[in-house]
Amino acid sequence: MRLQAVGVRLGYGDRVIVDGLDLGIEAGTVTTIIGPNGCGKSTLLRALGRLLKPSGGEVLLDGKRIDRMPTKEVARILGVLPQAPTAPEGLTVADLVARGRHPHQTWYRQWSSGDEAAVGEALAMTGLDGLGERPLDELSGGQRQRAWISMALAQGTDLLLLDEPTTFLDLAHQVEVLELVRRLHGEHGRTVVMVLHDLNLAARYADRLVAMRAGRVIAAGTPHEVLTEPLLAEVFDLEAKVIEDPVAGTPLVVPVGVRH
Amino acid sequence: MTSPPIPSPHPEGVPPVTPVPVRLAHERPLRLGPASWLLRLRSAAAALVLLAAAVLLMALNMRLGDIPMSVAEVFRAVTGDGPDHFVVMELRLPRALTGVLVGAALALAGAITQAIARNPLASPDVLGVTTGSSVAVVGIIVTAGSAAGGAGGALASVGVPLVALAGGLAGALAVYLLAWRGGLDGYRLVLVGVGVSAVFTNVKYWLLTVGDVTDSGRAMVWISGSLNGRGWEHVVPVAIALAVLVPAALAGTRSLGALRFGDDTVTGLGVRTNLARGLLILAAVLLAAVATAAAGPIAFVALASPQIALRVAGVAQPPLVVSALCGAVLVTAADLAARTVAAPAELPVGVVTAVLGAPYLIYLLVRARRGARA
Repeated sequence: MRLQAVGVRLGYGDRVIVDGLDLGIEAGTVTTIIGPNGCGKSTLLRALGRLLKPSGGEVLLDGKRIDRMPTKEVARILGVLPQAPTAPEGLTVADLVARGRHPHQTWYRQWSSGDEAAVGEALAMTGLDGLGERPLDELSGGQRQRAWISMALAQGTDLLLLDEPTTFLDLAHQVEVLELVRRLHGEHGRTVVMVLHDLNLAARYADRLVAMRAGRVIAAGTPHEVLTEPLLAEVFDLEAKVIEDPVAGTPLVVPVGVRH
Repeated sequence: MTSPPIPSPHPEGVPPVTPVPVRLAHERPLRLGPASWLLRLRSAAAALVLLAAAVLLMALNMRLGDIPMSVAEVFRAVTGDGPDHFVVMELRLPRALTGVLVGAALALAGAITQAIARNPLASPDVLGVTTGSSVAVVGIIVTAGSAAGGAGGALASVGVPLVALAGGLAGALAVYLLAWRGGLDGYRLVLVGVGVSAVFTNVKYWLLTVGDVTDSGRAMVWISGSLNGRGWEHVVPVAIALAVLVPAALAGTRSLGALRFGDDTVTGLGVRTNLARGLLILAAVLLAAVATAAAGPIAFVALASPQIALRVAGVAQPPLVVSALCGAVLVTAADLAARTVAAPAELPVGVVTAVLGAPYLIYLLVRARRGARA
């Protein structure tokens, strides 16, 4: 088990969003968390990435309590891409991706040849060759999202948490980003946990789905096990037909209407 | 818990990734064995030019006084022990050095504050330091005025700076406590700071109106910021503060650079966000408080120097060293102007910086509005 939430209670201030939740992420899997707006999926992801401290329970990274590990050490094991991240104005792609090396640097080792190679590799992997010197704000939405993923890759971790990496992207760009995630998993054996809204893409690109509602895990398993008509009704109040995706053979959700 | 593996698009094996060459926007690497640093050549050049300008302006400033001298005579008096040695070393050099150090400290405080607040309009005023000092000093002069007037120089040289320091730190603490909410958010800090500063400023004016006319007059000179009669007893505390806090601030530069991003991104990169931000703000508060204690709240230096510095250095975030040198040049140049414009009368240096500051502030606001519309 790479990453584990044990009885975590999560919230902001006095507002509890998730209470007593258990979840385990196995090595080498792509896990996608799905659920309606406000169900706590992003909150859970933030807790797994130690961006949010649980008020109860614990998060374990490779069996150790994540809040007791030095945060810089965690950053060398686990990379997080927050939801809709913002960068300072005028920053270039190379400067952004170079930030990913921060956990490996000290005041006397600010930019080693290893750092440079890792950034160059991350840029190449995300298809940003030749765009390094371009300001981030001049890129298309898809390119910008790939630049952020590239930063997380430059961090050199084999565990990646991505919070809605496809938000605000058109379908082609969504597929582009998810193909990249699949490559990272398939070729480099990375463990990926992400939050997605599109159920059909989630089914196609994840080997494990976790369905949440109101702060609880309702179902977890393969896309075939999780994406069933009764579960869609329970989790999303959605009446839908589930058929086979003619391309990938994964479940395909065809909405009928919202149940009242 | 087993699941079918995702089919790899490359069943025959993973194709190697060829890293692309990486060129950072402003920095060039310097590598010595396992150690490596990032250099900013333009910033380094700018720093050298500003340092030379500061020394030259100091020399020009030290010509002025009861015995006018040439720049050459000033240098001779500093190095040798001619008849002017005492005047230059005991009166003119400490005054000029106070200007340089106070300018550097204020500018550094401003650069840190602006970087953390992610706002070019932020300055140590926003941290409650300068306004806190002003209220405390005006309060002590106005309430203990006649008694303190008897004490004369002793109060002015020791009492007032101590009161200013305490007031500045108390003001900062008030802002910090009001802004803290399970963490320190830059935007919230600015809003709380502006509010607290407004309250302090109004208390200050109230104290000035209820105070005795002569006391209020003396208080006014202090709160406009002046280098008049500053000696080694003013230089030493600021020098010590800079000697400790400049290395501390420079050590935090990398975290400061990271703090320009959203908190989640920064935390994800392994920065202890609240700790780094807290320490950097503490450094800014101490720098501003010590500088204000030495020369009063010299307006506009902390606000403008970082913005001038980032344009000179061609970078996106106020560079610390270049900002500090800009502040030193700015205060020294303003003091030179303050002493020559209405000669033989001397204006407080803060009057000159305030006159320069008003149009600059309007320019910043207009630019910010344009930016918002675009």
